[in-house]
Amino acid sequence: MNAALVRHVAISVGRVILLLAIAITLLAMLLLVTGHDVVPALHALVRGAFGSWYAITSATVVRMVPLALAGLAVSVAFRAGILNIGAEGQLLVGAAAATALSAPLYGLPSWIGIPTMLIGGAMAGGAWAAIAGALRLRFGVLEVISTIMLNFIAEYLTGWLVRGPLQEPTRINPQSVTLPSALQLPVLLPGTRFHAGVLVAVVVAIGVWWWLRNTASGFRVRAVGASPTAAESAGGISVPRTMFGAFLISGVLAGLAGSVEYTGITFALYENFSPGYGYTAIAVALLARLHPLGVLATALLFGALEAGANAMQRDAGVPSVVVSVVEALLILLVVAADRWRDARSGAAVGAAVGTAVGASTGAAAEAGT
Amino acid sequence: MTQELSATMGVMAMTSGLLEATVRTATPLAYAALGECVSERAGVINIGLEGSIIAGALSATIAAGVLGAGAGAVAGGFAAGALAGVAVAALFALFTVGWRADQIITGTAITLFALGLTGTVYRTVYGTGGVALTTPTTSVYVVPWLSQLPLIGRAFFAQPVVTYALYLIAPVLAWWMQRTHAGLALRAVGEYPEAAVAAGVSPRRIQGLAVLFAGGMAGLAGATLVLAQAGTFVEEMSAGRGFIAIAIVVLGRWRPLGVAAAALLFGGATSLQTLFQAMGWSGIPYQVFLAAPYVLTLIVLAVTGKRRARRVV
Repeated sequence: MNAALVRHVAISVGRVILLLAIAITLLAMLLLVTGHDVVPALHALVRGAFGSWYAITSATVVRMVPLALAGLAVSVAFRAGILNIGAEGQLLVGAAAATALSAPLYGLPSWIGIPTMLIGGAMAGGAWAAIAGALRLRFGVLEVISTIMLNFIAEYLTGWLVRGPLQEPTRINPQSVTLPSALQLPVLLPGTRFHAGVLVAVVVAIGVWWWLRNTASGFRVRAVGASPTAAESAGGISVPRTMFGAFLISGVLAGLAGSVEYTGITFALYENFSPGYGYTAIAVALLARLHPLGVLATALLFGALEAGANAMQRDAGVPSVVVSVVEALLILLVVAADRWRDARSGAAVGAAVGTAVGASTGAAAEAGT
Repeated sequence: MTQELSATMGVMAMTSGLLEATVRTATPLAYAALGECVSERAGVINIGLEGSIIAGALSATIAAGVLGAGAGAVAGGFAAGALAGVAVAALFALFTVGWRADQIITGTAITLFALGLTGTVYRTVYGTGGVALTTPTTSVYVVPWLSQLPLIGRAFFAQPVVTYALYLIAPVLAWWMQRTHAGLALRAVGEYPEAAVAAGVSPRRIQGLAVLFAGGMAGLAGATLVLAQAGTFVEEMSAGRGFIAIAIVVLGRWRPLGVAAAALLFGGATSLQTLFQAMGWSGIPYQVFLAAPYVLTLIVLAVTGKRRARRVV
C-alpha cells in the first residue's frame, strides 16, 4: 500500500507539473493577446504564489484547503456517476451550521468546540446533499437540476442567517460575530495563516483514497459509477443505496470544506462566503481525474494560480480573473484529450455522461491496480 | 371617502408598479429560458448559458459604445449580443454535440471561461479606474390604448420593444414545436433519438442548431440587461441568470408558454422582495421570496416525477 501511495503521489505530481506548464503557456498567450507584458506579469504570479515563505504558507496552501475538500466531494460523487454540482450549496450550509453551533460552545475547551463545529458542518452538508439524493432516488429528479436549485436556496438561506438569527449583536454588518480564538483552528506555523485545516484536507484525501480503494463500500461506489446495470446484475449491488451513500459522503466532504474555511480562515459567516469554491472544485476534481490524491495536487495548483493572480493584479496590473479563463481552458483541454483518446481507441461514443463516467472508470481502473 | 379613494389608488399604483417591475425583471430571464427550453427539448442541458449571457452583455456594451448613440447603436448592440451568445454556444456545441463530451462538465467550463474572459476584456479595455461606462438604452414604447388597461396596462404595454418581441416569440415557439416538422424533429431527437435517426433526422445537426439558438437567445438576454435596463456593464452582471433560466424551464414544464409564465413568476418573486425591502416591511424575511421559486421548482419536479425528468438527459 505504501508503494502504491508513493506511486500515486508521483503520478499526481507529474500531472500537476504538466498542467502547470500548460496553464502558464495558456496564460502567457492570453496576456499577449490582451496586450499585457508577459514576463513581469508571470513573474508577479510566481512571486505571489511561491515567492516567499509567507506566500506559500499563507496564500497558496491556505487557498488549497477548501478547494481540496470540495474537490474530494465532487470526486466521490462523480466516481459514483452522480453529477453533484451542489458542492457550493453544501459548503455554505456546512459553514452556516458551524456558525450556528459556535455560540453554545463559547468557553468550552478547543478540543471539544472545534471538532463539534467541524463535524456539525460536515453533517449539515451531508443533509443538504441528502435532499438531492432523495429527490433523485425517490422521484427521479436529476441531481444536476436539483443541486442548482439547492445552491440558490443555500445562498438565500445564508443571506437571511447573517441578517437574522446569526447576525452580530450590533446589527450593523450582515455577518456573524467573529469566532473567539479558542474556537479557531490552531495555526500550525506561527506568523502565518497555515492552519490545521491543511492537515485535515491531507488526512481526508488519504482517507477517501484508501476508502475507495480498499473497502467494500468504496468498491461498490466505483462499480456503480462504472456501470450501474453491471453492478446490479453481476455484482448484486444495490444501486440506489450505494448512490445515496455517495450523495451523503459527497455532501459531508463539501460541508466539511465550509466548516474548515469558517474555523480556519474567515472566522465569520457572511454573504458571498464562498467565491465559487464549489464550482471551481468541479475543475479541481476533473483535472485530478477524480483521484483523491490527485485532488490535493490540483487544488494546490489552483490555490497557487489564484494566489498568484492576486499578486499579478496588484503588481503588474493584469486582471486577476484571467486565471478563470486558464482554469476553464484546462478543463476543456482535458475533456478534448479524453474524447480524442476515446475516439482513437474506438470506445463507445455517445453516452450521456461520457466524460464523467469515462474519467471515473479510468481512474477506478487506475486505483484498482 | 376621499381618503379611502386615495388609499385604493395607492394600492393600485403600487400593484401596477410591482407588475411593471415583474415584467421588466422577467424579460431577460424569459429570453434565456426560452432558448434553453429549445435546447433541452433536443436533449442538451446547457449549463454554459450563463457564459452566453455575460458574453452577450459585454459585446452589446462594446458594440453600442463603438456605434455611438441612437437607435442604430442599440440595434447593433442587440445584434452583437446575440452573436456573442452564439459564439460561446458554438464552443459548447463543438464539445457536447460534436465530440459528445459531458454536457455538465463542458457547461461549467464554458461559464467559467466566459465570466473570466469578459472580466479580463472589460478591465483591459475600460480599465479598473471605475469611470462610469454608460451605453445608450432603449426607450420605453407606450402602446396606445392597451397601456390604458387597468392594473396590467402599464406593466405589459409600457415596456421596451425587446419585451414586446417576447409576446411574439413565445407563442411562435410553442406553435413551431408542436405543429411543424422541424419542431417534431427537435422533440424526437430529445425523446426518441433512435426513432429520429430512423426517420432520417440527424440528431447532431438538430442539437447543434438548438444549442446555437439557445446561445443567441441568452446573448439577447445579456444585451437586454445592458441596453434596456442597466445602461452599463458590470462584471458578473449575469448574476446566475443562466442557472435561473434552467430552473424556469423546469418549472415551465419544457413548454414555451409555460416557460414564459414561469419567467414571470421568478420576476415577480424578485420584484416583490424589492418592494418589501423598500417598504421596510420585515414580517417575512425577503430571502423567502427569493428562495420560493426554487423551492417551488423542486416541488414541481418531485411531483411530476420520473416521466418528465427522464426526458432531459
